[in-house]
Amino acid sequence: MERSILSRRNFLGLSMGAAAGVALAGCGSSGPGTSTGGGSSAGSASYWFLTGAPGEGIRTNTVNRFNQANPNSKITATTFQNDAYKTKIKTAIGAGQAPSIIWGWGGGTLRTYAQAGQVEDLTSWFGENAAVKDRLFPSSFGAATIDGKIYAMPAETVQPIVLFYNKRAFEKIGAEPPQTWGDVMDLVPKFNAKNIAPFSLGGQSRWTNMMWLEFLFDRLGGSEVFQAVFDGQKDAWSNPASIQALTMVQDLVKANGFIKGFSSITADSNADQALLYTGKAAMMLHGTWTYGGMAADGGDFVSSGSLGYMNFPPIDGGKGDVSDTVGNPGQYYSISSKATAEQKETAKKFFKEAVLADAEVKEWVDAGAVPIVKGTESAFGASKDADFLKFVYNTSANAKTFAQSWDQALSPTAAEKLLDNIAQLFQLKISPEKWAENMNGVIGQ
Amino acid sequence: MTSLAPPAPRGRTTTSAQGGRSGSVAWLAAPAFLMFLAFAVVPLIGVLVLSFTQWDGIGDIHAAGFDSWRSVLSDPGLVHALWVTFLIMALSWAFQTPLSLLIGVYLAAQSRYREILAVIYFVPLLLSSAALAITYKALLDPNFGLGAGLGIPLLQQDWLGRDNLALGVLVFVVSWQFIPFHSLIYQSAVRQIPKTMFEASEIDGAGRLRQFFSITLPQLKYTVITSSTLMVVGSLTFFDLIFVLTGGGPGDATRALALDMYKRGFQASLMGPASAIAVILVLVGLGLALLLRRIGGRDATESQMEGV
Repeated sequence: MERSILSRRNFLGLSMGAAAGVALAGCGSSGPGTSTGGGSSAGSASYWFLTGAPGEGIRTNTVNRFNQANPNSKITATTFQNDAYKTKIKTAIGAGQAPSIIWGWGGGTLRTYAQAGQVEDLTSWFGENAAVKDRLFPSSFGAATIDGKIYAMPAETVQPIVLFYNKRAFEKIGAEPPQTWGDVMDLVPKFNAKNIAPFSLGGQSRWTNMMWLEFLFDRLGGSEVFQAVFDGQKDAWSNPASIQALTMVQDLVKANGFIKGFSSITADSNADQALLYTGKAAMMLHGTWTYGGMAADGGDFVSSGSLGYMNFPPIDGGKGDVSDTVGNPGQYYSISSKATAEQKETAKKFFKEAVLADAEVKEWVDAGAVPIVKGTESAFGASKDADFLKFVYNTSANAKTFAQSWDQALSPTAAEKLLDNIAQLFQLKISPEKWAENMNGVIGQ
Repeated sequence: MTSLAPPAPRGRTTTSAQGGRSGSVAWLAAPAFLMFLAFAVVPLIGVLVLSFTQWDGIGDIHAAGFDSWRSVLSDPGLVHALWVTFLIMALSWAFQTPLSLLIGVYLAAQSRYREILAVIYFVPLLLSSAALAITYKALLDPNFGLGAGLGIPLLQQDWLGRDNLALGVLVFVVSWQFIPFHSLIYQSAVRQIPKTMFEASEIDGAGRLRQFFSITLPQLKYTVITSSTLMVVGSLTFFDLIFVLTGGGPGDATRALALDMYKRGFQASLMGPASAIAVILVLVGLGLALLLRRIGGRDATESQMEGV
């Protein structure tokens, strides 16, 4: 008998513990390592951000520099791994345990924070501190602005999604990088014939597939197509351009355009990058943040100049602007409305004096990234990645539209539905029409 | 329910003169009861309340009547998640039970090398599910995994990218992890079967096979039920492994109930429907546990030692 009671109790504890994470989160204590350091002054602000090189080191250095310059109003940093952070920050904010400075992606998630009154409205602060605002890329403010008010400080770097390619693979088949979508489809059988996958894709991560749709929608129908979805127009996903884009991506899947077994590959393990630099795949549509990883892990792949990069090619007859791009227009730092007045002051001081100060800008450039600060081209010359940095800077600065990634722009509810349906679309489990119908159901949610 | 724990002695002599024995027993149960109350009952009530509300996890909680229930129950995703959960449960049970039974019987014999084997064999249970999932994911990678590394085409499948394969991989990993545990249960149960039974049957001329089916298996009846209960009810809570290994994919092929709940609650910020699913999960679990008790026979304390 003992055992049966134990098993049921275990089960109850387990299932309900998992089930009731929702409720427990409310009673949970503050996150790991959020101690504000005992004896520090009342102005001490907490700040959570992501781990992972090179960002983690640079963020930490910025905090350290600020703390050295301001011994009376320190910032305590806690770091989290990406996926864990996304859940953690949401629960913490919901439970009123948010850090003073909330590191985020802007867009749809920021909107939910703003609507719940959990983040400070920084509009007037930016009005008083015009110098802070004017030195940043104007395009970076879009994802920080909700209903005309600015709720976050754009920060860090701009990360457009670009088409990477392996020059050695192109030499093998004696072809040139694609100039149009027609070229792309012509290249597919040529690479397959040489046992090289045309495109690398970490399909299990789902958002990796989404990048394809972002570009196809834009090149075919222009940035208005997704804008209509974003604005909550009824049946916006059923636009003829979107149906055509969805069909094209399924055609590419059917033509074996993506590496075999792409649904088993995740982007977090960087296996998709490895496919490109090992020459198993010829091209890869990915964010510019993968450059550093390929340079570090790919041997002489990047240093020997074998890595090519370009903006997504146009589609014949498409209405979209060729200069348009998609990606992360920046990172977004918000201030929790639950923080004390001193903590808010400290955070604002941090934004003004430390975030993207010259020392931080230099560190980002050295790491092969483009900070969202105007006029940093001059700093690129000294970098060993000068060409790539100039390419990223020009792609970002010259883009007619720099759209935010869909899953960041939409509300979490719609984003989850989107990723789900995209995965099924790439598996050829649902038709473009069914996809549009499913997605129309969550417009405006 | 099981024959493992000997029935408590019912002698009256243990009732001491000073005060009720029941009083002191109640005190002993208090800590467990408090833990149970705080970490199971209270959250369960919270979840039940939440399932009648609308909440995105951040803003205010609004009462929403049966909205969440209506949306969950009308969603084909729920039926699918239940089906996936059932498949994982049934397949992993069907795979684990015979194997752990055989291994348990094998390890029960008293010889030194088997003892050593038993210890080595116990290792998978010491690993965390998340670590296992990451390891298997790396091994099964179609381009950089075991198949590609050894050049064996048979192993070079799209393991986590095809619906049936992904489910199969899941069942395999679950079994790989938990068979040692269930083998251990069987091992100890087999050792408790009186030797006299085997000796008697040997005199009657029974072979090894006959002994297994006529003595070992019937004697293990309650152990099988215990082990099955643990497997079946435990499989409802498989979350970490699926979450890391497949993320519910490809598509929604491995999206079991627990994962569906997490995705709705924490990724899609729909705490109301997620709570409704949590309640369903609890009900399914309770129902299964009760069902298994029924199958086990009403009188679990019934002796199996008649005539010994």
